[in-house]
Amino acid sequence: MTTHAEPNYNKIFWWLLALTIIEVGITYTGMPKVVTASLLISTALAKAALVALFFMHLRFESVTLGLIAVTPLVLCVFLLFMLMPDSNPFHRLETASPGNEAAAVE
Amino acid sequence: MSEAATLEHGEILGVEPAESPLTPESWGKLGMWSFLAGDAMSFGALLAAYGALRYSSAPAGPNAWPVPGHVLGIPMTAGMTFLLICSSVTMVRALSAIRHGDTTGLRNNLLLTVLGGLVFLGCQGYEWTKLMLEGVSVTGNPFGNPLFGTTFFVLTGFHGCHVFGGVVYLACICAQGMRGRYTATSNNPVEIVGLYWHFVDLVWILVFTFVYLL
Repeated sequence: MTTHAEPNYNKIFWWLLALTIIEVGITYTGMPKVVTASLLISTALAKAALVALFFMHLRFESVTLGLIAVTPLVLCVFLLFMLMPDSNPFHRLETASPGNEAAAVE
Repeated sequence: MSEAATLEHGEILGVEPAESPLTPESWGKLGMWSFLAGDAMSFGALLAAYGALRYSSAPAGPNAWPVPGHVLGIPMTAGMTFLLICSSVTMVRALSAIRHGDTTGLRNNLLLTVLGGLVFLGCQGYEWTKLMLEGVSVTGNPFGNPLFGTTFFVLTGFHGCHVFGGVVYLACICAQGMRGRYTATSNNPVEIVGLYWHFVDLVWILVFTFVYLL
Protein backbone atom coordinates (compact mmCIF):
# COMPACT_ATOMS: atom_id res chain seq x y z
CA MET A 1 0.00 0.00 0.00
CA THR A 2 1.27 3.41 -0.89
CA THR A 3 1.34 5.93 1.91
CA HIS A 4 0.38 9.27 0.40
CA ALA A 5 -2.30 11.89 0.78
CA GLU A 6 -5.49 10.83 -0.99
CA PRO A 7 -6.12 12.93 -4.10
CA ASN A 8 -9.43 14.77 -4.50
CA TYR A 9 -11.16 12.17 -6.68
CA ASN A 10 -14.26 14.30 -7.19
CA LYS A 11 -12.13 17.05 -8.68
CA ILE A 12 -10.49 14.55 -11.08
CA PHE A 13 -13.95 13.24 -12.03
CA TRP A 14 -15.21 16.74 -12.92
CA TRP A 15 -12.08 17.42 -14.95
CA LEU A 16 -12.52 14.16 -16.87
CA LEU A 17 -16.19 14.94 -17.48
CA ALA A 18 -15.43 18.48 -18.64
CA LEU A 19 -12.69 17.26 -21.00
CA THR A 20 -15.04 14.60 -22.44
CA ILE A 21 -17.71 17.25 -23.11
CA ILE A 22 -15.09 19.53 -24.70
CA GLU A 23 -13.88 16.63 -26.84
CA VAL A 24 -17.35 15.83 -28.17
CA GLY A 25 -17.99 19.57 -28.65
CA ILE A 26 -14.82 19.93 -30.74
CA THR A 27 -16.12 17.42 -33.28
CA TYR A 28 -19.17 19.62 -33.96
CA THR A 29 -17.26 22.90 -34.41
CA GLY A 30 -16.26 22.27 -38.04
CA MET A 31 -12.69 23.47 -37.54
CA PRO A 32 -9.97 22.41 -40.02
CA LYS A 33 -9.12 18.72 -39.74
CA VAL A 34 -5.56 19.32 -38.50
CA VAL A 35 -6.77 21.64 -35.72
CA THR A 36 -9.54 19.23 -34.70
CA ALA A 37 -7.14 16.26 -34.64
CA SER A 38 -4.53 18.18 -32.61
CA LEU A 39 -7.10 19.33 -30.07
CA LEU A 40 -8.71 15.90 -29.75
CA ILE A 41 -5.38 14.09 -29.31
CA SER A 42 -4.23 16.67 -26.73
CA THR A 43 -7.49 16.35 -24.78
CA ALA A 44 -7.36 12.53 -24.88
CA LEU A 45 -3.75 12.51 -23.65
CA ALA A 46 -4.66 14.93 -20.85
CA LYS A 47 -7.52 12.63 -19.78
CA ALA A 48 -5.29 9.55 -19.95
CA ALA A 49 -2.66 11.36 -17.87
CA LEU A 50 -5.25 12.28 -15.22
CA VAL A 51 -6.38 8.65 -14.94
CA ALA A 52 -2.80 7.33 -14.75
CA LEU A 53 -1.47 9.96 -12.35
CA PHE A 54 -4.33 10.12 -9.87
CA PHE A 55 -6.63 7.09 -10.23
CA MET A 56 -3.67 4.72 -10.77
CA HIS A 57 -1.64 6.72 -8.23
CA LEU A 58 1.36 6.98 -10.55
CA ARG A 59 1.89 10.51 -9.26
CA PHE A 60 2.77 9.02 -5.86
CA GLU A 61 4.64 5.89 -6.95
CA SER A 62 8.32 5.10 -7.24
CA VAL A 63 10.33 6.13 -10.30
CA THR A 64 10.59 2.44 -11.29
CA LEU A 65 6.84 2.11 -11.77
CA GLY A 66 6.82 5.40 -13.68
CA LEU A 67 9.47 4.03 -16.04
CA ILE A 68 7.50 0.80 -16.53
CA ALA A 69 4.43 2.89 -17.40
CA VAL A 70 6.24 5.22 -19.80
CA THR A 71 8.08 2.44 -21.69
CA PRO A 72 5.11 1.35 -23.85
CA LEU A 73 4.38 4.99 -24.68
CA VAL A 74 7.92 5.43 -26.04
CA LEU A 75 7.75 2.13 -27.92
CA CYS A 76 4.40 3.13 -29.48
CA VAL A 77 5.96 6.34 -30.79
CA PHE A 78 8.72 4.22 -32.40
CA LEU A 79 6.02 1.96 -33.81
CA LEU A 80 4.28 4.92 -35.44
CA PHE A 81 7.54 5.94 -37.13
CA MET A 82 8.14 2.36 -38.26
CA LEU A 83 4.69 2.23 -39.85
CA MET A 84 5.11 5.56 -41.61
CA PRO A 85 6.58 4.17 -44.86
CA ASP A 86 3.48 1.97 -45.26
CA SER A 87 0.99 4.63 -44.26
CA ASN A 88 2.42 7.49 -46.25
CA PRO A 89 -0.25 9.15 -48.42
CA PHE A 90 2.51 10.07 -50.91
CA HIS A 91 2.81 6.38 -51.59
CA ARG A 92 -0.88 6.50 -52.48
CA LEU A 93 -0.28 9.46 -54.81
CA GLU A 94 2.63 7.69 -56.46
CA THR A 95 0.47 4.69 -57.20
CA ALA A 96 -2.09 7.07 -58.71
CA SER A 97 0.11 7.62 -61.77
CA PRO A 98 -1.65 7.50 -65.19
CA GLY A 99 -2.74 4.01 -66.07
CA ASN A 100 -2.63 2.87 -62.44
CA GLU A 101 -5.82 4.39 -61.03
CA ALA A 102 -7.12 1.04 -59.86
CA ALA A 103 -4.09 0.59 -57.60
CA ALA A 104 -4.65 4.05 -56.15
CA VAL A 105 -8.23 3.18 -55.17
CA GLU A 106 -7.11 -0.04 -53.54
CA MET B 1 1.41 10.92 4.93
CA SER B 2 -2.37 10.70 5.09
CA GLU B 3 -4.40 10.16 8.21
CA ALA B 4 -5.47 6.83 6.78
CA ALA B 5 -1.90 5.69 6.63
CA THR B 6 -1.22 6.11 10.33
CA LEU B 7 -2.51 4.43 13.44
CA GLU B 8 -3.25 6.25 16.65
CA HIS B 9 0.22 5.30 17.81
CA GLY B 10 1.86 6.68 14.71
CA GLU B 11 2.67 3.27 13.28
CA ILE B 12 2.54 3.03 9.50
CA LEU B 13 -0.54 1.13 8.39
CA GLY B 14 -0.82 -1.40 5.66
CA VAL B 15 2.82 -1.66 4.69
CA GLU B 16 3.00 -5.30 3.82
CA PRO B 17 6.49 -6.83 3.92
CA ALA B 18 8.89 -5.20 1.50
CA GLU B 19 9.06 -7.83 -1.20
CA SER B 20 10.90 -6.08 -3.95
CA PRO B 21 13.31 -3.16 -4.13
CA LEU B 22 11.48 -2.10 -7.32
CA THR B 23 8.08 -1.76 -5.68
CA PRO B 24 8.36 -1.89 -1.90
CA GLU B 25 4.61 -2.54 -1.70
CA SER B 26 4.27 -5.97 -3.28
CA TRP B 27 5.22 -8.30 -6.11
CA GLY B 28 1.58 -8.31 -7.14
CA LYS B 29 1.60 -4.63 -7.91
CA LEU B 30 4.85 -4.90 -9.85
CA GLY B 31 3.39 -7.86 -11.73
CA MET B 32 0.21 -5.97 -12.62
CA TRP B 33 2.16 -2.94 -13.83
CA SER B 34 4.38 -5.18 -15.99
CA PHE B 35 1.30 -6.88 -17.44
CA LEU B 36 -0.34 -3.51 -18.12
CA ALA B 37 2.80 -2.27 -19.88
CA GLY B 38 2.66 -5.31 -22.19
CA ASP B 39 -1.06 -4.90 -22.69
CA ALA B 40 -0.56 -1.23 -23.51
CA MET B 41 1.77 -2.33 -26.31
CA SER B 42 -0.99 -4.60 -27.69
CA PHE B 43 -3.45 -1.71 -27.75
CA GLY B 44 -0.74 0.61 -29.07
CA ALA B 45 -0.03 -1.78 -31.95
CA LEU B 46 -3.73 -2.07 -32.78
CA LEU B 47 -4.22 1.71 -32.69
CA ALA B 48 -1.08 2.29 -34.77
CA ALA B 49 -2.29 -0.26 -37.35
CA TYR B 50 -5.68 1.47 -37.36
CA GLY B 51 -4.02 4.84 -38.01
CA ALA B 52 -1.76 3.45 -40.75
CA LEU B 53 -4.62 1.71 -42.57
CA ARG B 54 -6.89 4.73 -42.32
CA TYR B 55 -4.21 7.20 -43.37
CA SER B 56 -3.30 5.20 -46.46
CA SER B 57 -6.89 4.52 -47.56
CA ALA B 58 -8.31 6.11 -50.69
CA PRO B 59 -9.31 9.78 -50.20
CA ALA B 60 -12.59 9.39 -52.10
CA GLY B 61 -14.67 6.80 -53.91
CA PRO B 62 -16.23 3.52 -52.81
CA ASN B 63 -13.12 2.52 -50.84
CA ALA B 64 -12.83 5.77 -48.89
CA TRP B 65 -12.70 5.60 -45.11
CA PRO B 66 -16.14 6.60 -43.76
CA VAL B 67 -16.44 9.52 -41.34
CA PRO B 68 -16.85 7.69 -38.00
CA GLY B 69 -19.45 10.17 -36.76
CA HIS B 70 -21.69 9.32 -39.74
CA VAL B 71 -21.64 5.57 -39.04
CA LEU B 72 -21.09 5.26 -35.28
CA GLY B 73 -23.31 6.66 -32.55
CA ILE B 74 -21.21 9.36 -30.89
CA PRO B 75 -23.73 10.41 -28.17
CA MET B 76 -24.13 6.83 -26.93
CA THR B 77 -20.40 6.16 -26.88
CA ALA B 78 -19.82 9.49 -25.11
CA GLY B 79 -22.27 8.14 -22.51
CA MET B 80 -20.26 4.89 -22.36
CA THR B 81 -17.11 6.95 -21.74
CA PHE B 82 -18.88 8.80 -18.94
CA LEU B 83 -19.96 5.45 -17.50
CA LEU B 84 -16.38 4.11 -17.42
CA ILE B 85 -15.15 7.33 -15.79
CA CYS B 86 -17.87 6.94 -13.12
CA SER B 87 -16.85 3.31 -12.59
CA SER B 88 -13.24 4.41 -12.10
CA VAL B 89 -14.43 6.83 -9.41
CA THR B 90 -16.37 4.06 -7.62
CA MET B 91 -13.23 1.89 -7.86
CA VAL B 92 -11.00 4.47 -6.13
CA ARG B 93 -13.75 4.97 -3.54
CA ALA B 94 -13.78 1.21 -2.90
CA LEU B 95 -10.04 1.28 -2.25
CA SER B 96 -10.35 4.38 -0.10
CA ALA B 97 -13.16 2.72 1.89
CA ILE B 98 -11.21 -0.44 2.72
CA ARG B 99 -8.13 1.61 3.63
CA HIS B 100 -10.36 3.19 6.26
CA GLY B 101 -11.59 -0.24 7.31
CA ASP B 102 -15.05 0.25 5.78
CA THR B 103 -15.96 -3.16 4.33
CA THR B 104 -19.53 -2.07 3.48
CA GLY B 105 -18.16 0.84 1.46
CA LEU B 106 -15.79 -1.57 -0.30
CA ARG B 107 -18.64 -3.94 -1.20
CA ASN B 108 -21.03 -1.21 -2.37
CA ASN B 109 -18.46 0.60 -4.49
CA LEU B 110 -17.15 -2.62 -6.03
CA LEU B 111 -20.71 -3.67 -6.89
CA LEU B 112 -21.30 -0.29 -8.52
CA THR B 113 -18.08 -0.72 -10.50
CA VAL B 114 -19.19 -4.17 -11.67
CA LEU B 115 -22.58 -2.71 -12.63
CA GLY B 116 -20.85 0.05 -14.63
CA GLY B 117 -18.84 -2.58 -16.50
CA LEU B 118 -21.92 -4.68 -17.24
CA VAL B 119 -23.91 -1.68 -18.54
CA PHE B 120 -20.91 -0.73 -20.70
CA LEU B 121 -20.84 -4.25 -22.18
CA GLY B 122 -24.61 -4.06 -22.78
CA CYS B 123 -24.20 -0.77 -24.66
CA GLN B 124 -21.38 -2.27 -26.71
CA GLY B 125 -23.51 -5.29 -27.52
CA TYR B 126 -26.31 -2.97 -28.70
CA GLU B 127 -23.88 -0.96 -30.84
CA TRP B 128 -22.37 -4.08 -32.43
CA THR B 129 -25.82 -5.53 -33.17
CA LYS B 130 -26.97 -2.27 -34.77
CA LEU B 131 -23.86 -2.08 -36.96
CA MET B 132 -24.10 -5.74 -37.98
CA LEU B 133 -27.75 -5.27 -38.96
CA GLU B 134 -26.61 -2.35 -41.14
CA GLY B 135 -24.16 -4.71 -42.87
CA VAL B 136 -20.90 -3.75 -41.18
CA SER B 137 -18.79 -6.82 -40.39
CA VAL B 138 -15.18 -7.86 -39.88
CA THR B 139 -14.85 -8.38 -43.63
CA GLY B 140 -17.27 -5.83 -45.07
CA ASN B 141 -18.58 -2.32 -44.76
CA PRO B 142 -21.39 -0.86 -46.91
CA PHE B 143 -20.29 2.69 -46.00
CA GLY B 144 -16.85 2.46 -47.66
CA ASN B 145 -13.52 0.82 -46.94
CA PRO B 146 -14.05 -2.72 -45.54
CA LEU B 147 -11.03 -2.26 -43.27
CA PHE B 148 -13.15 0.19 -41.28
CA GLY B 149 -15.26 -2.76 -40.10
CA THR B 150 -12.20 -4.94 -39.49
CA THR B 151 -10.35 -2.40 -37.37
CA PHE B 152 -13.50 -1.27 -35.54
CA PHE B 153 -14.54 -4.76 -34.44
CA VAL B 154 -11.01 -5.89 -33.58
CA LEU B 155 -10.23 -2.78 -31.50
CA THR B 156 -13.54 -2.48 -29.67
CA GLY B 157 -13.76 -6.28 -29.33
CA PHE B 158 -10.29 -6.49 -27.77
CA HIS B 159 -11.24 -3.71 -25.37
CA GLY B 160 -14.62 -5.35 -24.65
CA CYS B 161 -12.80 -8.59 -23.73
CA HIS B 162 -10.77 -6.57 -21.25
CA VAL B 163 -13.93 -5.08 -19.76
CA PHE B 164 -15.47 -8.54 -19.46
CA GLY B 165 -12.30 -9.86 -17.82
CA GLY B 166 -12.33 -6.87 -15.49
CA VAL B 167 -15.94 -7.48 -14.48
CA VAL B 168 -15.14 -11.11 -13.59
CA TYR B 169 -11.96 -10.05 -11.74
CA LEU B 170 -13.86 -7.35 -9.82
CA ALA B 171 -16.66 -9.78 -8.96
CA CYS B 172 -14.09 -12.21 -7.51
CA ILE B 173 -12.45 -9.47 -5.43
CA CYS B 174 -15.89 -8.27 -4.31
CA ALA B 175 -16.82 -11.80 -3.22
CA GLN B 176 -13.57 -12.06 -1.25
CA GLY B 177 -14.26 -8.67 0.30
CA MET B 178 -17.74 -9.76 1.38
CA ARG B 179 -16.14 -12.73 3.15
CA GLY B 180 -14.00 -10.31 5.13
CA ARG B 181 -10.77 -11.13 3.33
CA TYR B 182 -9.61 -7.51 3.24
CA THR B 183 -8.91 -5.13 6.09
CA ALA B 184 -7.52 -1.64 6.55
CA THR B 185 -4.04 -3.13 6.84
CA SER B 186 -4.25 -5.84 4.16
CA ASN B 187 -5.92 -4.81 0.92
CA ASN B 188 -3.29 -5.09 -1.78
CA PRO B 189 -5.51 -7.14 -4.19
CA VAL B 190 -8.09 -4.32 -4.16
CA GLU B 191 -5.46 -1.83 -5.29
CA ILE B 192 -4.23 -4.26 -7.96
CA VAL B 193 -7.70 -4.87 -9.44
CA GLY B 194 -8.12 -1.09 -9.38
CA LEU B 195 -4.99 -0.66 -11.50
CA TYR B 196 -6.43 -3.07 -14.07
CA TRP B 197 -9.82 -1.33 -14.13
CA HIS B 198 -8.35 2.17 -14.48
CA PHE B 199 -6.19 0.89 -17.33
CA VAL B 200 -9.33 -0.35 -19.12
CA ASP B 201 -10.82 3.14 -18.62
CA LEU B 202 -7.62 4.81 -19.87
CA VAL B 203 -7.54 2.68 -23.03
CA TRP B 204 -11.19 3.43 -23.76
CA ILE B 205 -10.45 7.16 -23.54
CA LEU B 206 -7.92 6.68 -26.37
CA VAL B 207 -10.13 4.30 -28.39
CA PHE B 208 -13.06 6.73 -28.10
CA THR B 209 -10.93 9.58 -29.43
CA PHE B 210 -9.13 7.74 -32.24
CA VAL B 211 -11.91 5.46 -33.48
CA TYR B 212 -15.06 7.50 -32.82
CA LEU B 213 -14.15 11.20 -32.77
CA LEU B 214 -11.22 11.68 -35.16
